[in-house]
Amino acid sequence: MNASPAPSPRRAKWPEWWLTLPSLLWLAAFFAVPFVLILVLSFKTADVRGGLGPGWSFDAVRNLAEAPYPELAWRTCKVSVLATIYCLLLALPVAWHLAKATPRVGQLLLLLIVVPFFTNFLIRVFAWKSLLHPEGPLSAGLKNWHLIGEDTQLLNNSGSVMLVMVYTNLPFAIFPLYAAAQKFDFSLLEAARDLGASPTRAFFKIFLPGIRQGLLSAAFMVFVCTMGQYVVPQVIGGTGDEMLGAKIAQRALNDRNLPQACALAAALMLAGLLPWLIAKIWHLSHRPRVSIDPVADSPSPPNVYPA
Amino acid sequence: MSRPRFPAILTGLVLVFFHAPLVVLILNSFNASRFGGSWEGFTWKWYDLLWKNAPIWKAFLISLKIAAAATLTSVVLGTVAALALHWYRGALQRTHGWLVGLPLLAPDVLMGISLLAIFASTGVPLGFGSIWIAHTTFCLSYVTMVMLARLQDFDFSLMEAAADLGANRWQAFRRVLLPLLWPGILGGALLAFSLSIDDFVITFFVSGAGSTTLPILVSSMMKTSRNLPVINALSTLLIAGTFLIAALSYRLSRPPQS
Repeated sequence: MNASPAPSPRRAKWPEWWLTLPSLLWLAAFFAVPFVLILVLSFKTADVRGGLGPGWSFDAVRNLAEAPYPELAWRTCKVSVLATIYCLLLALPVAWHLAKATPRVGQLLLLLIVVPFFTNFLIRVFAWKSLLHPEGPLSAGLKNWHLIGEDTQLLNNSGSVMLVMVYTNLPFAIFPLYAAAQKFDFSLLEAARDLGASPTRAFFKIFLPGIRQGLLSAAFMVFVCTMGQYVVPQVIGGTGDEMLGAKIAQRALNDRNLPQACALAAALMLAGLLPWLIAKIWHLSHRPRVSIDPVADSPSPPNVYPA
Repeated sequence: MSRPRFPAILTGLVLVFFHAPLVVLILNSFNASRFGGSWEGFTWKWYDLLWKNAPIWKAFLISLKIAAAATLTSVVLGTVAALALHWYRGALQRTHGWLVGLPLLAPDVLMGISLLAIFASTGVPLGFGSIWIAHTTFCLSYVTMVMLARLQDFDFSLMEAAADLGANRWQAFRRVLLPLLWPGILGGALLAFSLSIDDFVITFFVSGAGSTTLPILVSSMMKTSRNLPVINALSTLLIAGTFLIAALSYRLSRPPQS
């Protein structure tokens, strides 16, 4: 129904360069160059007034091996991997249900998932802070029912951080999985069942491979978002729950040590690229036998905006 | 094949999980109890305190100005970018597409520190201008995605028809393309506006003295529990506002029913 975007000459079209240059230049200047700059500034010296010193030095990069950074990096990775697993486990049944529902019901459910997601991130974190507050409703309720002791703290521990991490990231897992499940041909599952596969076997052998692309982008989105998480550990976590993101902000803004902040950010950036590389290699080594969409090979931007 | 009950039950639980904290927050904004541990009667007290809190309204005004500026630039840049990506194929557009798509994947902390790095090393003062640049940068990608989705359903033979009928490029753009793209542009603008108003992490890195936006102020207010009920009231108003914007942009960005 739509005109094919074939590269045929058209009088009505505007020259390619005119249309491309504005956004290309803007993103080059304020996205690509700054990201390269992170790597460069990691090797600068810090100026006490918060700027950059004149010389070059390996100090900031060398410091990464010293306390507290390795511990922070380990905790950040651990929390991100766990949050990714929890989000996928919760999102899979939801995506399944949404894809199996009638279009009307599916649309409505999707809207119900999107609406809280549209609420300001800070407010969602704050809502959990007041919900879990020692004198808040959840504590009061649980104490009334004697489900927790008088001194149990719901806030400021690693459990509360994980809970809110899952809360804020779950939609990132649901959207790509739902998009993939929607395209999945559910009659394949019935065929598998007819051929004698158990429901579990059909699920693992047919459904999961069928939505592989969705699983990969869901895992990637959640992992990257939790890796860079800064607000949740700060507001919900205790002193022992600090993650790399908060350290970057602290070094850059409180200690005014921009090179150290950049070195940390560079480490985070490389850590975020790692799963992508693994996924890429895995993708290459598991070449699907059927031809796949050529677009799927390039990292298409995630559909975070509900269509 | 019998339909498994488990996914439906879990979906229900997830929806409760998503909405419960916000519902409690809204209820507590009318609760006389400071921490909302129990219901101590209905009150407008917190809204009254909010109304009299001048710094909040000042920060809100700054947020509105930044959002308006960032929306304008990101919509213009994003619409043009979407046209380029939709019309042309080739190496240039592949690079272009990557550049537009990657900011959606970059964690906020990295966007923030990278922008701070470029402003610090080029000597751009931190304030309204730096926040505007930062917001335009991340809104641009979202606007482009919305516009691209919109362009999928666009019948470009209309443009050719206009050209055949003697319209020049500018006339075809103004009389044919723009009116048809208008809902997408508005939808993208609303999205950009709400993203800009909401942003905390990136803004935190690039804001300076005198450019305290609402989320920055709220985050510093969150540190003292005295302020909690006032934030409840403010949050309730913001959630109501978000609802309106979300509903509006949902209507606008939905492709027309055929």
